[in-house]
Amino acid sequence: MSQFAINVLFVGASFAIYIGIAIWAKAGSTKDFYVAGGGIHPITNGMAIGADWMSAASFISMAGLIAAGGYANSTFLMGWTGGYVLLAMLLAPYLRKFGKFTVPEFIGDRFYSKNARLVAVVCLIVASVTYVIGQMAGAGVAFSRFLEVDATTGLIIAAVVVFCYAVLGGMKGITYTQVAQYVVLIIAYTIPAVFISLELTGNPIPALGLFSEHSESGMPLLSKLNQVITDLGFNEYTADVDNKLNMVLFTLSLMIGTAGLPHVIIRFFTVPKVADARWSAGWALVFIGLLYLTAPAVASMARLNLMTTIYPEGPTAEAIQYDERPNWMREWEVTGLIQYEDKNDDGRIQLYNDTEAFAPTAEQRGWEGNELDVNRDILVLANPEIANLPGWVIGLIAAGGLAAALSTAAGLLLAISSAISHDLIKGSINPRISEKGELLAARISMSVAIVVATYLGANPPGFAAQVVALAFGIAAASLFPALMMGIFSKRVNNYGATAGMLTGLVFTLVYIFIYKGWFFIPGTNNLADTPENWVMGISPLSIGAVGAIINFAVAFAVSKSTAAPPQEIQDLVESVRYPKGAGTAVDH
Amino acid sequence: MAEETSNAEAYWKANLRLITGCLIVWAAVSYGGAILLRPLLSGIAVGGTDLGFWFAQQGSILTFIGLIFFYAWKMNRLDKQFGLGE
Repeated sequence: MSQFAINVLFVGASFAIYIGIAIWAKAGSTKDFYVAGGGIHPITNGMAIGADWMSAASFISMAGLIAAGGYANSTFLMGWTGGYVLLAMLLAPYLRKFGKFTVPEFIGDRFYSKNARLVAVVCLIVASVTYVIGQMAGAGVAFSRFLEVDATTGLIIAAVVVFCYAVLGGMKGITYTQVAQYVVLIIAYTIPAVFISLELTGNPIPALGLFSEHSESGMPLLSKLNQVITDLGFNEYTADVDNKLNMVLFTLSLMIGTAGLPHVIIRFFTVPKVADARWSAGWALVFIGLLYLTAPAVASMARLNLMTTIYPEGPTAEAIQYDERPNWMREWEVTGLIQYEDKNDDGRIQLYNDTEAFAPTAEQRGWEGNELDVNRDILVLANPEIANLPGWVIGLIAAGGLAAALSTAAGLLLAISSAISHDLIKGSINPRISEKGELLAARISMSVAIVVATYLGANPPGFAAQVVALAFGIAAASLFPALMMGIFSKRVNNYGATAGMLTGLVFTLVYIFIYKGWFFIPGTNNLADTPENWVMGISPLSIGAVGAIINFAVAFAVSKSTAAPPQEIQDLVESVRYPKGAGTAVDH
Repeated sequence: MAEETSNAEAYWKANLRLITGCLIVWAAVSYGGAILLRPLLSGIAVGGTDLGFWFAQQGSILTFIGLIFFYAWKMNRLDKQFGLGE
């Protein structure tokens, strides 16, 4: 069987499962549609949260980022998992007790203000739409490489599949497909990792292999990697970071951004009890941890494998001939994600770090510049091919990458559509809409959201990479503080919360725009986006944490100087704090 | 009524104490062990690198998982103890 046929088989079979689940789990009421009927088991929910959370960025890009940055990019590992500690202790159980369908609904009720609810809706939609673009684009890359269709056709296939289960089944369909998608993506991620870890270190558990001996050289794996890449002018993989303040703030931004992302929070509304919300957070992190503990091993091992592919005799000997390059390189070259240029016309592939410090060595070896550009995003997808694993593993990776992208896309689309049908239409425009009418509105708004996301995925705005920072910045600086203060302070009132959200949001956006361009339009940035220009060395990616602190400060200051919230709101805060009397999530 | 209020207050205070304790550990492993204190811990070797690197890429995630389960278990006991569970 050809590789193409294997890929089609794996992807086709996984899609058939998702659609089968959708038909089985059709939503009959708004409660089914928004919170899956409210009866999901915490372990099931934990698995669904895992798939909901682990996006194309986690599955495809994260290992590549760590491989390139080494220790410095551990921030992604800690940031994207540490947020669950905050969710479990500061938000999820109380929001579950509150027992409504959406995140803006809590903000609107707690701060007794339609304006606060609208600000929350806007933050939610901007954060979720930017996020969903990345998912659709990721699905497009996986399709074009593995199914040999062009990215747009691939995107349309993906959109139709998501449409089937998300629009029909709502949260109910999404929950059960996410469970299936989690299983697909975790198997796809760990199997190649286990093989590679065995090959390099003899240890079948990648997370342990990372700290084991490299079988071939007898040195610890990480020392071997350090040695190989420093011989080629790169920084040590395990090198420490000078700018600790920025590293701390970036990690913090990712953590509170994670805790504030609405598509994750609403998954906690689907469990029957407050205690289940706490357990779900724990199970979610177990399921997420399986991938996140493996990712750093994949990163270092893939980087070492890539280097040994290019320099089979070691980094101080000659690089391989371009004509003798392995097959996977030829195939990825077609997609443009690997690029080669023979700068010194010797027919070999010199891959090294082209810096001033390394220039004398390069000159001595007759090198005239780095000749190979490898896009970081292909690392996980090409991993099985780099390690010469059998064809079915490659088919599995294709299905896994798509599962990661589609499960997150579906969760985001649900968050967007419920904000539109429940918070905007039922909450403001037409409060007397019937249950049937609201369900129809939810389905229509989700369909529109899918069309917009597909269009943007096919024509990604030039700023696709930066917008992820925007999504986390917005969630960190606006939604997280408002939710937390709504639970932990009885004194914060409508004025305080609204002012806090707006200043946190505006501050964060302005700081990002100054360096990344206003509304991300290239060339409109006021300062070059380089460390020397950052205020106190704080990068625009890390600013969400500062925005959150400003949000807290403004909210407290404004609340102190204005009237305390009415008694019934203080009673509401009180009731949210105690699990007693929680039913499943309800409409009113 | 007054008794009920003080019971609820005691429950909430116990919850806040528990959260504070857990978040100190949460910060200590990630911001402490993995980032700020890494140079101090550099003498402790772990498989070709140092303890700080292990915390950054493995240890903090494992601690986070343990923390959430500990918190959930402890809170369920508090819910029962104060009679405020579901």
